[in-house]
Amino acid sequence: MRSLDKLLLSRLGPVLAGGVAGVLAALLVTWGNPGNMGICVACFTRDISGALGLHRAAVVQYLRPEIAGLVLGAFGSALLFREFRPRSGSSPLVRFFLGFFAMVGALVFLGCPWRAYLRLAGGDWTAIAGIAGLSAGIGIGIGFLWKGFSLGKNSKNLHAAGYLMPLAAVAIMVLLVMAPLFGRDAQGTPVGPIFFSEKGPGSQHALLAVSLAVGLAVGWLAQRSRFCTVGALRDLFMLRDGHLFFGVLAFVLAAFATNLALGQFKPGFEGQPVAHTNHLWNFLGMTLAGLAFTLAGGCPGRQLILSGEGDGDAGVFVLGMLVGAGFAHNFSLASSAAGPSPYGPTAVTIGLVFCLAAGFLMRERLD
Amino acid sequence: MNTAHEESARRFEVDARGLSCPQPVLETRKALTGRAAGEGTILVDTVTSRENVSRFARNQGWNVSWEESADGGFRVLLSK
Repeated sequence: MRSLDKLLLSRLGPVLAGGVAGVLAALLVTWGNPGNMGICVACFTRDISGALGLHRAAVVQYLRPEIAGLVLGAFGSALLFREFRPRSGSSPLVRFFLGFFAMVGALVFLGCPWRAYLRLAGGDWTAIAGIAGLSAGIGIGIGFLWKGFSLGKNSKNLHAAGYLMPLAAVAIMVLLVMAPLFGRDAQGTPVGPIFFSEKGPGSQHALLAVSLAVGLAVGWLAQRSRFCTVGALRDLFMLRDGHLFFGVLAFVLAAFATNLALGQFKPGFEGQPVAHTNHLWNFLGMTLAGLAFTLAGGCPGRQLILSGEGDGDAGVFVLGMLVGAGFAHNFSLASSAAGPSPYGPTAVTIGLVFCLAAGFLMRERLD
Repeated sequence: MNTAHEESARRFEVDARGLSCPQPVLETRKALTGRAAGEGTILVDTVTSRENVSRFARNQGWNVSWEESADGGFRVLLSK
């Protein structure tokens, strides 16, 4: 156990974490999750948003145990290795809106950076424009970081505050198991409070225990190794430090090899699962997401992990994503397999303006 | 006088506590840029920041050690 932890903390840690996560993500598709969506932090947070009734897109509503598992796996690992450090107060409202717009951008592309790489590993070549956009967004974010962008310092919090996001993760699991239903309307449709898709991606999922176990394992591995799909490119471009990048490379290669072995590798542009072929908006959606993630300090998976470690600001970012998902569907901003919605491009433009304004304006040192 | 002045120029301290990734490393980089030798302390508050700062400084040829500070954070000690 101790030597495994030493390995996870070494330069090889992200490679090990990425490799295991890649294999498990591909397996989750075999076990029931939607295509090329073994783990997608944006899509799964969106499904949770729908299950809680924050949006009523009937095909994307499910309380995804993988998300709860990521937070709780990181929480357990942080407690065990004395890295649980409750903290908050670094521009929480700005982070909320960064999370909000990151989600809008991700849902125009139809996936977070994790899924962009998983789509690539499944042969979905429409992911290439998304990954190019992600790189562009990270590049713009790097420009702001070089110019002194900062959301300011956080401060130490009491332990009680750090337990909130892990408790929210437990609440999601309790609601999933109890599945409370307050009745049905005249057509026999459930009135909530929790909604579960009967068809579409929200209805496709692995067994609860399997999803939770994978989430916990990946949460633990990612917490120990600091695996981050945005930090990977940021550190490579900015600091010439490739150790997180090799983790992403391992993630893609492991998912690719597993997909190949399981007959899930289907190369092409057309007819890919939960994807569209509008390259411009795949690119720009992920440009927005990449910029927002870079300004917030990490990819959505990393934000979940940090929230499990007690980082309240990362928790606020996650809540921004949850609310952003609600808006993305209520305002018809999210894309579908047919392509971007008529309103998605406007929302991406507004998000880019917000992120650029934050990048230019949040420069003052706040010591 | 001169020696005391040189001694203070050799020493540097960066307070990177509470900053998000990758700012602790960027602050460290700023402190190390143009500095051929010296002794410095980087204050950080998470293990991740401690590792990132240590890895960066080591890659720049600095000797790195660390100790826990009273506030529960870390003092990363750099020398060259």
